[in-house]
Amino acid sequence: MDWDWTFVGEIWPVLLEGAVVTVEATLLGMLLALAGGLVLVVLRRSSNKLVSRPASLFVQFVRGTPLLVQLYFLFYVLPDIGILLPPLVAGVVGLGLHYSTYIAEVYRSGIDNTPAGQWEAAKACNLTPFQTWRHVILPQAIPPIIPALANYVVAMFKETPLLSAVTVLEIMGRARGIADYNYRYLEPMTLVGAFFLAASLTAAVGLRYLERRFAVQH
Amino acid sequence: MINWLGYIQLILQGAGITAALTVVGCLIAFPVAFVAGLGRISRHAIVRAAATVYIEFFRGTSIFVQLFWVFFVLPLVGIALTPFVAGAAVLGLNVGAYAAEVVRGAVIGVPRAQREACIALNLSRFQALRHVILPQAFVVMLPTFGNNAIELLKATAVVSVISLSDMTFQAQLVRNQTGATAIPFFTILLIYFAFALVISICFRALEQRLVRGLDGVR
Repeated sequence: MDWDWTFVGEIWPVLLEGAVVTVEATLLGMLLALAGGLVLVVLRRSSNKLVSRPASLFVQFVRGTPLLVQLYFLFYVLPDIGILLPPLVAGVVGLGLHYSTYIAEVYRSGIDNTPAGQWEAAKACNLTPFQTWRHVILPQAIPPIIPALANYVVAMFKETPLLSAVTVLEIMGRARGIADYNYRYLEPMTLVGAFFLAASLTAAVGLRYLERRFAVQH
Repeated sequence: MINWLGYIQLILQGAGITAALTVVGCLIAFPVAFVAGLGRISRHAIVRAAATVYIEFFRGTSIFVQLFWVFFVLPLVGIALTPFVAGAAVLGLNVGAYAAEVVRGAVIGVPRAQREACIALNLSRFQALRHVILPQAFVVMLPTFGNNAIELLKATAVVSVISLSDMTFQAQLVRNQTGATAIPFFTILLIYFAFALVISICFRALEQRLVRGLDGVR
């Protein structure tokens, strides 16, 4: 096994293009997960059981099954009922939905930690449910959970290589292509590993900053 | 007419592999988590450093990348593992790294007075850990261990890409042979979900058993 720097020189621009797709998928997945998680948590708190029960079941089901299989489901089953998603869209929807169920739990912890008096005060001020959420609950519930949310974004970033299984050409997809074509696995796989390691070590520093910045004051 | 019975059997065979992989993976992850988690709070800087490198490495590089690396790159240095061994090892080491943080957090979380009492009673460090600290910390770890085990179950789907015939692999096989997509994928989603439920029920039962007799201690 010998490391070939000229080969590295040839392949890194291709991997870099893949890295851009990886970051795109992460950011889009993040937006979807943040919005989806909010919808799920509001649905789960609904007093109507016909709304809250299915939402809970959905969260449990998605959390209990592998992301890879969910991606296959979106990629192979939906076209049969006429919904043909491009690979990247299927991948982003899969990532976003999967992580929205985790993020819903994070929102829930933030909302549960908002004092009950705030709900009562909102009611006393005659605010509508939307106004209560928008102006009273969420502005207090969100800041303390920002580090936990960021943690899941990092976790999601590390799961993006799964998208290569539904033919998205993110960094792992490109690396697999290069490796299969040249029959050299050492350099592409190691570079991808190094990319993720560098990114998550950087993210760990950022997370520590967020934890200090949004620390709950006692 | 498609012979569904045969295909269901194929998927059930895959379910057996998935279950075996989950169990073996957990058996690897469990001791690894304790060694690495306690290593991170060791008195010796070298042990701490080694444990930190292991944990950061396995948490920082995606499991998908690790699996490819072990399966395609290690044979180049003469370590050729069968897909099952490669899969179980990567799953165990990866989830072990996450669980190590759980061990560390739970051990640190044991109240300081307990340690001081151990010193006052002249217990050796090992005795203190074995009889005082771990029994209390273990109960705290259990629920998160349950989540880790479910994460491991979900991660087993990834081994299908290194041609190990687990449940996801078999579903793909059925899709290739029959062209049907909804039935194989929905079937395996349900089986994964059932497995996840079994794991969480087992851990909850175990927790209830272990908490027995701890009233008043915490």
